[in-house]
Amino acid sequence: MPNGVGAHADAHGHGHAHHPALQHHFETLEQQHEASTLGMWVFLVTEVMFFGGLLMAYLLYRVWYPEAWSEGSLELDILLGGFNTVVLIGSSLTMALAVRSAQTGMHKATVRWLILTIILGLTFLVVKAFEYEHKWALNHIPGPNFQFEGPHARQVEIFLSLYFGLTGLHALHMVVGVSILGVITWMAHKKRFSPEWSTPVELSGLYWHFVDIVWIFLFPLLYLVDRAGQGGG
Amino acid sequence: MTTTVLPRVTYINVKHGVASWLLTKDHKRIGIMYMIVVSFAFLLGGLFAAGVRIELTTPQGDFVSSDTYNRLFTMHGIFMVFFVLVPVVPAILGNFVMPLMIGAKDVAFPKLNLMSWYVFVIGFCFTLYALVSGGVDTGWTFYTPYSSNASNTNVLPVGIGIFITGFSSILTGLNFMVTIHRMRAPGLTWFRLPLFVWAIYATSLVMILATPVIAITVGMMALERALGFGIFDPRLGGDPVLFQHLFWFYSHPAVYIMILPPMGIISEVIACFSRKNVFGYSFVAFSSLAIAIFGFLVWAHHLFVAGISPYSAMVFSFLSFAVAIPSAVKVFNWTATLYQGAIWWKAPMMWVFGFMGLFLIGGLTGIFLASLGLDIHLHDTYFVVAHFHYIMVGGAIMGFFAGLHFWWPKMTGRMFSDSMATLAALLVFVGFNLTFFPQFILGYLGMPRRYHAYSEEFQVLNVLSSAGASILGVGYALIASYLLYSLFRGAPAGANPWLATGLEWTTQSPPLPENFAVQPVVNEGAYEYSKREIKVA
Ligand SMILES: [Cu+2]
Repeated sequence: MPNGVGAHADAHGHGHAHHPALQHHFETLEQQHEASTLGMWVFLVTEVMFFGGLLMAYLLYRVWYPEAWSEGSLELDILLGGFNTVVLIGSSLTMALAVRSAQTGMHKATVRWLILTIILGLTFLVVKAFEYEHKWALNHIPGPNFQFEGPHARQVEIFLSLYFGLTGLHALHMVVGVSILGVITWMAHKKRFSPEWSTPVELSGLYWHFVDIVWIFLFPLLYLVDRAGQGGG
Repeated sequence: MTTTVLPRVTYINVKHGVASWLLTKDHKRIGIMYMIVVSFAFLLGGLFAAGVRIELTTPQGDFVSSDTYNRLFTMHGIFMVFFVLVPVVPAILGNFVMPLMIGAKDVAFPKLNLMSWYVFVIGFCFTLYALVSGGVDTGWTFYTPYSSNASNTNVLPVGIGIFITGFSSILTGLNFMVTIHRMRAPGLTWFRLPLFVWAIYATSLVMILATPVIAITVGMMALERALGFGIFDPRLGGDPVLFQHLFWFYSHPAVYIMILPPMGIISEVIACFSRKNVFGYSFVAFSSLAIAIFGFLVWAHHLFVAGISPYSAMVFSFLSFAVAIPSAVKVFNWTATLYQGAIWWKAPMMWVFGFMGLFLIGGLTGIFLASLGLDIHLHDTYFVVAHFHYIMVGGAIMGFFAGLHFWWPKMTGRMFSDSMATLAALLVFVGFNLTFFPQFILGYLGMPRRYHAYSEEFQVLNVLSSAGASILGVGYALIASYLLYSLFRGAPAGANPWLATGLEWTTQSPPLPENFAVQPVVNEGAYEYSKREIKVA
């Protein structure tokens, strides 16, 4: 039994042609695609739990210190935040179009939509950097140099700690996302994807949409707390 | 196959050199590489425990200072929990045998599997760095503000180390879950899966859902310590108890990361060495899932005296009682499997018997601690220490050794000395009980944990405990010696030395690089021992 095995042990020693993207431990491209997709969904579940810890802290302190939350959220720039929300929703559209183009084998369009998505992602990050810089100038970074005028200054520091924790973690995910899209764009440019095999584009699309959705939650949670109340008063 | 010889081409000799191991994508080789790192961590953790036990032989704090003592028990806990107990069964045996058991060539994502190992090693290195640069004294639980601003030891590198190691655990869980979903051999339906695979699946679920929470919690603690953020800082109105909630949201389910896979091993070994189908297969399978799910709903039993509301304490107490039910279901089913079985007295079975005795005591004392009134008396005493060692060492480590002895012939192709292995099981069982049973009494009498000095009247029991620990140490050293010896001089095992069912026994030992010469097809349940003609003398 062990004798006939040596040749088989070397990957791709079977003689018949495989799709170049098919890894040796899978039987078919379909199996590989299903495994990768399930893997990405499971990964996104872990991401939900990852943000969940921070959101738990947010929830507790928001219930405890509603005044500090409304004071803190008024410090955030709703215009820049709103602009960034539009930018990210737009990038989700361009990403979806990139996936569609890859699935239908339109190489040029795939590259174009991916580049547009990257540009929108970078726009978001640049705007975010300006927002952070503004906070820095006002000494609103939590820590030893934190300064804040107001009756709930100390609890506002907790709010801003969570603001930086949540948006910082989100921005980190954006940086990772933009880097992944860079690689995917290069692969698309080399015509690696086809209607039979576009899994990497689809998976990065899933990831990108997830990161967008996180922002869709963060924007109201951080920027819009008690805006309605303030406007009415 | 009457005279067995070692097969010609195996996963071990197909390529040579250190690089061929460090760059391997073979799940079997990765399992072996985990075994090397985990053994090293186990040795370190054991040395710290030895320091603790030496100090506690006398009531005075004379062997080490109290600061050093704090570091000793902290580093013991950190190495043993994060670098031994969590990875020991999933990353070593899960990696090695799970793909074989489901008839796959490899896990779903072999590169990710190798990356998980590197992530694990990097996390380990950070923790080692923290150790050599002075150690940590917060306890393995890192409660704020001990960890955020009240400690002047190296909390940050350990925090980073554990953060990083967490990702190894997450990625391994993800990999296993996808593998079990998508890589099963033709005909291998869910209810034909070996129970070890069910246990690994349930464990992966816990790894995926719980580990990210400890990662972000340690991350928040690190932000607080490094940059002065104030999420848990009471001076700003922050709540240190929130840290405890988030910490135990991971760390209670983590107990099931440690105990579920050994429970799976017990099912495999009991079926094989009783020559019977596992009694109530589907109950055992679903009890793994039940433990994984209900394990998420009991974390606050660690906070009964931390000032949580009495109503939530009652709910958590009740749920903690309830989570014992699926564990009890397993124990009953194992016992029923043994009943009227043709029991084959081989070394792996000895470890199973050890597991059953120790896990039973550990589980029942857990019920004591889950009772609100009793917990107020026993909280933070040696009773708690004894309880979780019965679960985590008596359960997880005994179960691991049952599995290691069961699959060792498959992994190495060679047999170990059965009499030496039986002796080791006996030594470990006796040594363990002598070490930890006195601690139940000490705790009941009121000796608190985490102090390096204690009142005179506790000395006799502490000396007994330290004596037991030395027997335990001898037992572990014995295991290492005869297993290493078997690598060179052990008799060739043949494909199936235990005459077991299961796909992993249908291929040669050690297996081929791609596991099977032909793709296996399954057409029966996992434990059809009764259908087999084989009778064991
Ligand atoms: Cu617990």
